[in-house]
Amino acid sequence: MTPKNTEPLLRVENLRVEVPSRRGALTAVDDVSFDIAPGEVLGVVGESGAGKSLTGAAIIGLLEPPLRIAGGSITLSGRRIDTLPYEAMRRVRGKEIGVIFQDPLTSLNPLHTVGHQLVETVRTHLDMGSVEARGRALSLLGEVGIAAAEERIDHYPHQFSGGMRQRVVIALAIAASPRLIIADEPTTALDVSVQAQIIALLKRLGRDHGTAIMLVTHDMGVIAETAHRVAVMYAGRIVEIGSVRKIIDRPSHPYTAGLMASIPRTSGPRGRLQQIDGTMPRLNAIPEGCPFNPRCPKRLSRCRHDRPDLIPSGDADVACWLYLPVSEPTHA
Amino acid sequence: MPDDTILEVNDLQHHFDVSPPALDRVLRGKGRVAVKALDGVSFSIRRGENFSLVGESGCGKTTVARCIVGLYRPSAGNIVFDGVDIGRLKQRNAMSRVRRRMQMVFQDPYASLNPRWRVRKIVAEPLVTHRLVTDKAELRTRVGELLEQVRLSPADGDKFPHEFSGGQRQRISIARALAAHPDLLVCDEPTSALDVSVQAQILNLMKDLQRRLGLTYLFISHNLAVIYQISDRVGVMYLGRLVEVATADQLFSTPRHPYTQLLLETIPRLDPPDGSSGEREPVAGEVPNPIHPPPGCAFHPRCPLANDRCRNERPSLLIADDAFVACHAVHEGRLSSRLAEPHSPARCD
Repeated sequence: MTPKNTEPLLRVENLRVEVPSRRGALTAVDDVSFDIAPGEVLGVVGESGAGKSLTGAAIIGLLEPPLRIAGGSITLSGRRIDTLPYEAMRRVRGKEIGVIFQDPLTSLNPLHTVGHQLVETVRTHLDMGSVEARGRALSLLGEVGIAAAEERIDHYPHQFSGGMRQRVVIALAIAASPRLIIADEPTTALDVSVQAQIIALLKRLGRDHGTAIMLVTHDMGVIAETAHRVAVMYAGRIVEIGSVRKIIDRPSHPYTAGLMASIPRTSGPRGRLQQIDGTMPRLNAIPEGCPFNPRCPKRLSRCRHDRPDLIPSGDADVACWLYLPVSEPTHA
Repeated sequence: MPDDTILEVNDLQHHFDVSPPALDRVLRGKGRVAVKALDGVSFSIRRGENFSLVGESGCGKTTVARCIVGLYRPSAGNIVFDGVDIGRLKQRNAMSRVRRRMQMVFQDPYASLNPRWRVRKIVAEPLVTHRLVTDKAELRTRVGELLEQVRLSPADGDKFPHEFSGGQRQRISIARALAAHPDLLVCDEPTSALDVSVQAQILNLMKDLQRRLGLTYLFISHNLAVIYQISDRVGVMYLGRLVEVATADQLFSTPRHPYTQLLLETIPRLDPPDGSSGEREPVAGEVPNPIHPPPGCAFHPRCPLANDRCRNERPSLLIADDAFVACHAVHEGRLSSRLAEPHSPARCD
């Protein structure tokens, strides 16, 4: 991992998530390590099924059985949280780690007013009376940019538009001033103009409160505007992790390069987009060696047998034999 | 209408009835309520062209597509396909002949394929329905060819949809749409449910097929980058109306309507705009409730240039230089100061 001046807020080491199947356990997240510093926004990108959402779910202890953590450790401010019992983890979730999911409608209870839900969350995690908690709820709504909070606090979720609902979900996530927020595709369900508003809000939270954010999304545009560092996942592994400009402008791993080139832009030449042929392997058919090797344009012979580890290469960490300084690779 | 026009849509309207229940209307004197999903949309598509509609959710772009292929019956206006007014066709036969020539690719490849049918049957359905191929062996060969055309293998015909990934399923949808040799393909967000690397595969495939088969596309998407890559001309929709129609090059280099400018400015960019740290002040507000759209220009509550005329009088889609724009500010020249400095390509990257 990249050495840091500050102590990381979250440290994930060699995380492994498995799902049992009739023919042995399948590995959905394989040996994933990264850390997040206070106030940092770490983007996690990858195609669906790459394991990015599962990594987030593992951190907040919400893996759905039969998925389970099969190895590694998750440390929040020096305290291990992956081994905590359910009740203890429940107090960490919400208090120390806030969560924002993709669909704001399903994250809110349709039967209660947003004020009720905010007060409930505040009182669960903070020692406050109901009047004080309502005051906190009002200031939270104001903080996430909901106008006329006094009036809106007694409305039900269906009375809010999509963008406003996502603001309420963010207000819930920051209710107990957590130091880390896991945001899983927070803008995917929203229109572009509203998306820009939510991105601005997330960035402001990080800046004003020093809240660290793990931003899981498949939208590189959102990452480019929000994240400081980016981890690129493929078939359950991190293939490259580095600063956002490095990953976007000078990707090292052939998968990252292919991914960046396949993103359509709104200027410059039109015509054929670059594409990566083939599809990401399923969990039960992850190839031996580097999981990307069957689709890789720069494949070496050892890529088919040896699995590359994430090692520092220049200003990023890359899991690719092309960037191993001491090897003498031969072309396949 | 010039000869090479394949589809012409004139003043298309479609209203959804969202009235309260009949008893409420009688007892409480509540009236009928209609959402004007389409409120006078007109455009035409030339043969071999790729015309796109773009807009935020609820702007009516999908309703346009569904009216054209006949899934909705328009409340008013007409749709002329290759010289034939579709709305006037009463006979099943005549309608069926037109239907064969326009096919649709839907957004969600998980919902648009019957999970109980083998791929062979799915792709063969249009051939059977329109009685284009009756011989069994010939049907098999033809389905195999169609699957190869979308870069699947003929052997894939024996599988079920669940055995395929999202991108492969969308290929199956395209194969099915191509089966009846259509002239016009209506594609409603065909890549929205796909990952970017797969999206690139599908967009490239669609371009190849268009060139090889001389297809005309009506392409619908909310993703401006996809629109830029694939379109010849673009129509921008807002609350059931077209606000701007221009070639893709013009629209992205010199957007005229304030809403188009807003859309282009809010796309998250991979590269920060010149001279800024990537910080942008997002435009406030959201699309208003379509049941009670604002009077006058529907965009006026969010528009920085709105004046009294915009609040009261609905602008029509008029020619402005070489694009069509529905905006009083553009037509009166109030926008000239902003137009004087056209968006450089770097700014809308």
